[in-house]
Amino acid sequence: MTGRFMETAPQETAPLFRMEGISKRYGGVRALEDAELSVHAGRIHAILGENGAGKSTLIKIMSGVVAPDQGRMMLDGQAVSFSSPAEANKAGIVCIFQELSLIPELSVADNIVISDPPKKFGMIDRRAQRKIAEEALARAGASDVHPSALVKDLPLSRRQMVEIAKALARKPRILILDEATSALTAADVSKVFEVLKRLRSEGLALLYISHRMHEIAELADDCTVFRNGRRIATYKAGAKSDTEVIELMIGREYQNVFPPKPAAASGKPPILECSNLSWTDRLTDISFTVRRGEVIGLGGLDGQGQRELLLALFGVLRGCTGEVRIDGQPVKLVSPAHASSEKIGMALIPEDRKTEGLMLPMTVRENLAFAAMDKVSKRGIIDREAEDRLLDEMVKLLTIRTAGLEIPVGALSGGNQQKVVIAKWLMRHPRIILLNDPTRGIDVGTKQEIYQLLRRLADQGAAIVFYSTDYDELIGCCDRVLVLYDGAIKRELVGAEITEHALIASALNIGAAEAARMARTNA
Amino acid sequence: MSEWRYWFAEQKGTLLALGIFIAMFVIYTANHPAGFTANVVQTASNKGVLLAFVAMAQTLVVITAGIDLSVGMIFLLTNCLASWIVVGTPLETALGVIAVLLVGVLCGALNGAIVIYGRLQPIVATIATGSIYFGIALLLRPYPGGSVNEDLADALTGRLFGVIPSSLVALVVVVLVVWVPFRRSVYGRAAYAAGSSEVAAYMSGVPIKRGKFLAYTLGGLLAAIGGLFLTFFTYTGEAAYASGNAYTLFSIAAVVLGGVSLFGGRGSAIGAIFGAFAFRTIGDLLFVFDLDPLWQPLFQGVVLLIAVSLGAFALFRVKNRLEWFG
Repeated sequence: MTGRFMETAPQETAPLFRMEGISKRYGGVRALEDAELSVHAGRIHAILGENGAGKSTLIKIMSGVVAPDQGRMMLDGQAVSFSSPAEANKAGIVCIFQELSLIPELSVADNIVISDPPKKFGMIDRRAQRKIAEEALARAGASDVHPSALVKDLPLSRRQMVEIAKALARKPRILILDEATSALTAADVSKVFEVLKRLRSEGLALLYISHRMHEIAELADDCTVFRNGRRIATYKAGAKSDTEVIELMIGREYQNVFPPKPAAASGKPPILECSNLSWTDRLTDISFTVRRGEVIGLGGLDGQGQRELLLALFGVLRGCTGEVRIDGQPVKLVSPAHASSEKIGMALIPEDRKTEGLMLPMTVRENLAFAAMDKVSKRGIIDREAEDRLLDEMVKLLTIRTAGLEIPVGALSGGNQQKVVIAKWLMRHPRIILLNDPTRGIDVGTKQEIYQLLRRLADQGAAIVFYSTDYDELIGCCDRVLVLYDGAIKRELVGAEITEHALIASALNIGAAEAARMARTNA
Repeated sequence: MSEWRYWFAEQKGTLLALGIFIAMFVIYTANHPAGFTANVVQTASNKGVLLAFVAMAQTLVVITAGIDLSVGMIFLLTNCLASWIVVGTPLETALGVIAVLLVGVLCGALNGAIVIYGRLQPIVATIATGSIYFGIALLLRPYPGGSVNEDLADALTGRLFGVIPSSLVALVVVVLVVWVPFRRSVYGRAAYAAGSSEVAAYMSGVPIKRGKFLAYTLGGLLAAIGGLFLTFFTYTGEAAYASGNAYTLFSIAAVVLGGVSLFGGRGSAIGAIFGAFAFRTIGDLLFVFDLDPLWQPLFQGVVLLIAVSLGAFALFRVKNRLEWFG
């Protein structure tokens, strides 16, 4: 089926920028394989693909952040290579990254001219800088932002507009927008679209990466779909239906990596009940129930409040409103120490194991023992025998592959590190286990072991709340999936309703009717 | 009008340090037996400028989110060197001054090179280089001694037109010649940007390395100016270990009092200067209130704690507790 879509959009003019045979590996992980892309002046080219399809690597290569292992790039028909973002900027390729590139302690104007400030007598010309900043902000449709304001004092949506203004001030020939609208309000999005359309008519080439299908439908001239690091198809915008596009993005068979799901746990008593939980503007009226033995998934696009929800439950966020009940008793979760106490019995497997989960230079023993200190010590003295017994048990349970307990955790593979994080929490025998994207960046084999483990823990009576950016995992592991959009639960999928179509459709917040139609097509 | 608001927000730390200093200095002169006279001001200025120069040096490095634990030792080394070579005819003296400043620049550049190109942590690198600089100072002056061109020394520690302390004028000149151009240059901005968010600065194509290198180098220069003035005040050179360490630690205190963020990216050397003067005035206050000088370290600690706590109030408004650590 791949071959059928290998048509390229017909173009009379030569491409402004072209990349061919680009490959990139990170360690053993293949991020891009033999990728190609042509970008034309005066057109908006959308890049589509699931999380991890290789889009980010592609634009990082284009904008000089990482160097490709193989392949070549051509600008105006001339071979080019960039060793730093500054070089790519000089060649006229400017990228607006998903992770913001603004400097928080500097003013908006300082940031806009940061890569090439106007100079007078060798010093920065503040007046000229102010003028450039005001013009760029006006061009980006963000005149409401004061050039003297510090970036760190601006809300996220304003920062994103400043980021766009900063890119425009560099007079790019090729502008790359990586999820540039994800933090914007609807009013800003329409302003940004006007700007982008104007830039297109001025002859710029725009590369637009977004998960939002309706934005792509409105903006794009050409579309390219990536999957698993490969270019799957390039077509003219409007040539394919949403359903076809989603099929292109998914396009792979499920393997039998997931353990079978037991019958619905609806008869069991609820262990965690959450009603009308809200926090600042990031979480709105979240209500749900988790029963003993259930695995609940949190789905949706990245950054729609899933992390905040887990942090709120774990007592990290201040100023949450709403009610949380554990075993029917209302509780106020005030700190991670409280949430993980014997009485509540919660555990949070964090997203970034390197900073939040482990102390890398310390040994496996030390890392594991921290969490269960009270279980193996009497009056402050550690009982080494009891500790050894408990640790051996954990290492076996999780099949952690390590040469011994005295090895620094940093020396283990990513997958085994993650198992140590999980083991660390399991030693406390938690009843409610929260997981924040636990399989990101680890190998398939370990992933599979983690899935088995989650199901086993659920069977033993634990309740599991599991955020994942990988739709396959949600489908394979979860009894129910809550799909979040803009900090609220948009849809709850139960049992057989959990399909990739339904997940993507509700994640993109396409209407329920459309989603149902797509689910039917899938079945 | 709103323009003022942003200016005020940016200068808040500096203004707070200025306010603390003025309040303390007013109390001091009001209770001084001689009152607010040129003499009293001159003495205060001469005591304050030494720490002010060293604090400025520290500021430059702290802005890049680093720290320089060798400033006090550069200050001593240049003092010892000056007590050998800043003597003789006006020409010889001038060459001597230039040589002393060059040595300061070299010390700063070495720190910068080790931290930036050698990728060592600033704290470790500067403890090591500080020890080296002290070792050289000790070789130069195993015992206190030496001399300095006294005409120059008296001119720079006396009064201009009978009222204005010359040391204060020198400080202002250094601010105008070293700090202001740095602050307004591309490299100065690069130093701030690197201190605030090195990744974002890199992604934006900011010349991070050169900016940081310049900050360390100018830090060495400023510490050397401090060392020169120490020689002008004392007419001698002395490799006093305790004094070097005290200047290093006080410079950090002055920087914090002056509203410079130890996390980098925010603050001004001018704030650090007021911080230094405020810190010095604590000792003077004890003097006019007839307290035992033994109380000085205790009071300095208390004032520092209070000043730093003012800046920490913002933490009470944080909604996501993880931000406390980042």
